[in-house]
Amino acid sequence: MLEDLFDKVKFRMGSDKKEQRPATMEVPSDLLFKCPRCQQVVFMDQFEQNCKVCAACGYHSRISAKERLEITVDNQSFHEYDSGMRSKNPIGFEGYEEKLQEMRSLTGLDDAVITGECRIMGEQCVIGVMDSRFMMASMGSVVGEKIARAFERAADKNLPVVLFTASGGARMQEGIIGLMQMAKTSGAVARHGEKGLLYITVLTDPTTGGVTASFASLGDIILAEPKVLVGFAGRRVIENTIQQRLPDDFQSAEFLLEHGFVDKIVTREEMRKTLADLLKIHYKGGGCCE
Amino acid sequence: MNELTAWERMGLIRQKTRPTVREYIPMIFDSFIEFHGDRHFGDDPAIVGGVGWFDGTPVTVIGQVKGRNLEENKTTNFSMPHPEGYRKALRLMKQAEKFHRPVICFIDTPGAYCGIGAEERGQGEAIAQNLAQLMRLKTTVISIVLGEGGSGGALALGVCDELAMLENATYSIISPRGFASILWKDASREREAANRMRMTAEDLVELGVAERIIREAPGGAHRNPVLTAEYISGYIRSALGRTRGLSMEELLEKRYGKFRKLGQFTLPE
Ligand SMILES: [Zn+2]
Repeated sequence: MLEDLFDKVKFRMGSDKKEQRPATMEVPSDLLFKCPRCQQVVFMDQFEQNCKVCAACGYHSRISAKERLEITVDNQSFHEYDSGMRSKNPIGFEGYEEKLQEMRSLTGLDDAVITGECRIMGEQCVIGVMDSRFMMASMGSVVGEKIARAFERAADKNLPVVLFTASGGARMQEGIIGLMQMAKTSGAVARHGEKGLLYITVLTDPTTGGVTASFASLGDIILAEPKVLVGFAGRRVIENTIQQRLPDDFQSAEFLLEHGFVDKIVTREEMRKTLADLLKIHYKGGGCCE
Repeated sequence: MNELTAWERMGLIRQKTRPTVREYIPMIFDSFIEFHGDRHFGDDPAIVGGVGWFDGTPVTVIGQVKGRNLEENKTTNFSMPHPEGYRKALRLMKQAEKFHRPVICFIDTPGAYCGIGAEERGQGEAIAQNLAQLMRLKTTVISIVLGEGGSGGALALGVCDELAMLENATYSIISPRGFASILWKDASREREAANRMRMTAEDLVELGVAERIIREAPGGAHRNPVLTAEYISGYIRSALGRTRGLSMEELLEKRYGKFRKLGQFTLPE
C-alpha cells in the first residue's frame, strides 16, 4: 500500500506543470499555500499534488512524519519502536501536561519523533522522522530517549540509521532535562559510530538549535532538502544581536552546502533512491585490507 | 544551606568582582601554560586552555572566560565562544587523551555566540562534535560551573564524569529572560522564570544533572577568591580520586550512563 502511495506521489510530481492561476483575495486562506521562502501564493491542492514542494522556487515544505514514512519506506516494512512513550513534566512546568495533551489530539502523535525499523528499496535500516507539528519538534525526554534507543538498537543489530531531522531545538518546558537530551543523543550516535555503522542525517525544514548542535550535525553523511532552514541560532536572535537584517538565503541548505556542512542537497523526488544507494554502498564494507 | 533564590544568585554571579577562570587558574594549578588556536580558523579568547600541574599530576585545563570590565569583555566576547573556541577546546581534549591527562573544564558562559560568522563556521556542528567526542574521550573529565551555565554553549564543556556547581552558580537551558519571552511572551517575567526553571546547584543535584556542590566563601566567591579556590581544589582532588580506580571501559560506561538516565517519560504497560 505504501509502495502504491509512493508511486502515486511520483506520478503526481511529474504531472504538475499546470497553469498557475493568480491568487485573489476572495479565496479562503486555508485553500492557499504561501511559500515562506519566495512568498509566492499557490492553491493548496496544486501544492499538495507537487509533494508539497513550491513550484516557483523549489522550497520543500514541511510534511508530517507519517507522510514522510509513506514516501520513504517500503510497503509494510515499517515496525515502530517505543510507540506510546509519553513525557512527564520534569521541572513541573505549569501547563505542560495540557500542552502535550493538546498536541497529541492535534497531531495523533505521542511526541515529536517516530522511530522504528524499515526497508528502503530493500535496504534494511533503523529510521527516525521528526514531526514539526508537535511543539515545533522540540527535543525533550521522549525525543531524546527514542533517538538514543534507536541508535542503541541499531548498534545491537548492526544496522545503519537514517534520521529525518526537524526541530526548533531543545524543549524549554523540560528545562535542564531538555538540554541534557543533546548529550544523551550525541553519546548514543558516537557509540553506534564506533561499531563502524553508518548514520545518515537528512536535514528538513526547520532544523535548528539544540538538535543542530547535537545529533543532526553528526551524520557520516549529511543530506538536506532544498531551501530548508538549518541553523544554530534563531534568525531574529542574530538580527537583534548584530542589529542588521540578514540575507534571505542565510541558514538555508544552500548556505550550509557552500560553507561545508552538508554533503549533498537532494530533492524530495530523488531522496528515496539516494538513501537506498547510500545504504547499499555501505552494506558490504570497503575492499580495503581487513 | 544557601538561602538565596535563583534570581538573587544570578545577581550575585553577574557582579563584576566575581572571580573568573583566569583568576582561579593560578590559584589552583601550578605552572599553567596556555595554548592557542583551533588549527583551522583562529584563536577564540572566549575560551582559555592549556596544561598545568595539579597536586603533582599533569592536567589539561579549559575554561570560558568572563571579563571583569567592558574592555576585557570586548576581548572575550562576554564569554560567548565562537565555533573556533569549541574546536580549540576539543583539540586540547584530544591532546589530553593522547597524553593521559585528566581534563578539568570550567563553565562560565551565557551561551554560545549567535552571529553570522558563528553560523558560517558551524556553531551547531562544533558543539555537537564536542558532545559526541567528550562522551567517548578516553581520559577523566571533570566539569565545574563557576557562574553562569548557559545552554548548549555550556554543555559543550559539560559532558563529563562528574559535574560540580559552585554554590551560587546556575545552569539552564536558556536564560530566564529567553524562557519568559518564549513561553510566556513576556520577557519582563524573567525573575519569575529564574525561580521556576530549577537552575540552582541544589536543583541540578536533585534532578541528577550535577553530582556535587562546591561551597563558596561566606557571602559569595568574590568576598574571598583564595578561600573559594581552596574549596575548588579540594573538590578536584576528591573527584580525581573517585575516578582513579576505574578501568577505561568502566569510566566511559559510567559517563554515558550518567547522561543516559536523564529524561522522564512513561511507556504503556
Ligand atoms: Zn517558493
